[in-house]
Amino acid sequence: MPQQRAARHRKNVNAMATIEARGLRKTFGATVALDGIDLHVEEGRILGMIGPNGAGKTTALNAILGLTSYEGELKVLGRDPWTNRDKLMRDVSFIADVAVLPRWIRVSQLLDYVAGVHPRFDRAKAENFLARTTIKRTSKVRELSKGMVAQLHLAIVMAIDARLLVLDEPTLGLDILYRKQFYDSLLNDYFDRSRTIIVTTHQVEEVQDVLTDLMFIDRGRIVLECSMEEFDSRYLEVMVNPEHLAAARALKPMHERPVFGRSVLLFDRVDRDQLETMGEVRRPSIADLFVAVMSPHSQNVAVSASLRRDEPAGQANQVGAAK
Amino acid sequence: MNSSETVPESAGVSDPGDRPATPQPFYWSVRRELWENRSIYVAPILVAIVVLFGFLVSTIGLPERRREVLLLDPAKARAAIEAPYDMAAIMLILTAFIVGVFYCLDALYGERRDRSILFWKSLPVSDRTTLLSKATIPLVVLPLVTFAIVVATQLVMMLWTSLLLISHGMSPASTWTYVPLFRNSFILLYGLAAIALWHAPIYGWALLISGWARRATFLWAILPFFAIAFFERITFGTSHFASMLKDRLMGFAPTAFAFNMHSVNCPQLTPGAYLSSSGLWLGLMVAVAFIAVAIRLRRYRGPL
Repeated sequence: MPQQRAARHRKNVNAMATIEARGLRKTFGATVALDGIDLHVEEGRILGMIGPNGAGKTTALNAILGLTSYEGELKVLGRDPWTNRDKLMRDVSFIADVAVLPRWIRVSQLLDYVAGVHPRFDRAKAENFLARTTIKRTSKVRELSKGMVAQLHLAIVMAIDARLLVLDEPTLGLDILYRKQFYDSLLNDYFDRSRTIIVTTHQVEEVQDVLTDLMFIDRGRIVLECSMEEFDSRYLEVMVNPEHLAAARALKPMHERPVFGRSVLLFDRVDRDQLETMGEVRRPSIADLFVAVMSPHSQNVAVSASLRRDEPAGQANQVGAAK
Repeated sequence: MNSSETVPESAGVSDPGDRPATPQPFYWSVRRELWENRSIYVAPILVAIVVLFGFLVSTIGLPERRREVLLLDPAKARAAIEAPYDMAAIMLILTAFIVGVFYCLDALYGERRDRSILFWKSLPVSDRTTLLSKATIPLVVLPLVTFAIVVATQLVMMLWTSLLLISHGMSPASTWTYVPLFRNSFILLYGLAAIALWHAPIYGWALLISGWARRATFLWAILPFFAIAFFERITFGTSHFASMLKDRLMGFAPTAFAFNMHSVNCPQLTPGAYLSSSGLWLGLMVAVAFIAVAIRLRRYRGPL
């Protein structure tokens, strides 16, 4: 009987995507926060949602978590988040940002409470994780440093056997050591192929090697969506030798930026061998692609970059540094 | 559909390990409220200490006065001896009311102000469970806390009086016969229940405002009532609304008790009149409506 149940359970899981949205839309008065986006996130993915402030990332996450109403269709683990938040939260964890744990609560009380209300919380696991930190059970959250609060929240979330974890700017305001530790713990001690993670962050360089999928959001729309394998095969950045610049520009780069007096061109779906004849080819960072996709005047940038190339090297360096 | 909903949960529960068999969100949510709002018991205890200190000072010269009091007729003697005990109870009941109203005004506002609502909403606890656990504080927990503290305070007062009388070679019997602790406790319990249910719409209103207002919950909670009462007074020259408010605050007394002509100290309990009063049931209906709106509001509300 339990085997049958488990089998049925697995079948259900396979039958549906973790997140399925069609025409997801949300407006605040005249402002459109989400302009009808479609989402399809499979189990076992780590999706990074990148976008400028006010792009609609948090609104999208809030809709997924049942924290905000929306128009359009949305199913998370087969449930409607807006009407079923409490049931959904047995299978979904989220860290909104580092400052949401109640400041008055004691660490021991926090563990008691979560153990008391959450059917999938493994207290021993949380205690093990906390044992590796300097957090005392008797401390109140207000007495902990920002980094310790993040560790505490992560300890709780990692001890919950959830199927979807949502992280909205989880490392905002943390120092570099804690940020590194945060993603290391998440990948080594938590993530497996039966879980799904969605993360938004401005510190894109930290998540580049963590993600399996990438999504850029701007003004409530998805402007780019690709897996990281696709990202690695599609986008290439070339530091073009000056004599090849005209030829390189003829290949229609997405974006051009000056670096130390030379031009770095970003290409989408251009043959690597061909590019290697023009200069040094490398994998672009997510941040470079983000700037290329987001900057509305990439043509102007290219023009002004070509003008600056004729200026003395010192000044060009300054421009490069300012970038 | 139904079976596919329940299968993953039962599978999770049957997992081996030291996970709790059944989560108890309501129980833990009430405990959580007590962790956060220690004023629920600290405030009545402080008031009890002040009352006891005042009583201690007032018992200077008690044995002499007790001799005089016992010369009066029994009804008056009883009134004089019981008065400080009633006073202590009234002070503590009033404290509980004030604590309850301010607790409710902060209950849904505080979690939005400090953004912790995002954490609470990340757990599998419904808005209804949250609201019911919060409403339980003024309707059940505070009356029980008040009961325990009043009884303890009165007991200390009686023991102190007895010691004082014995040390002056008098019998403490007058205190123990005129202040029937057991009977008083029963009246107190009945009174606390009657007051809590009568005040339920006040707490419901405070919860609703605390879930709705973006700031100044106290002002939002009381100003509309002042405005309506004032408007009625200057427009129609009447004060029906004000008397309705007064009835909501104090109306439990004439319905739940019948006060005897000679003394207010020994009221008759009239649960029949109380339970058949329209004020009780209308009030409860309004309270349920307010709490239902507050449950709905919490779904829509995020951090401020």
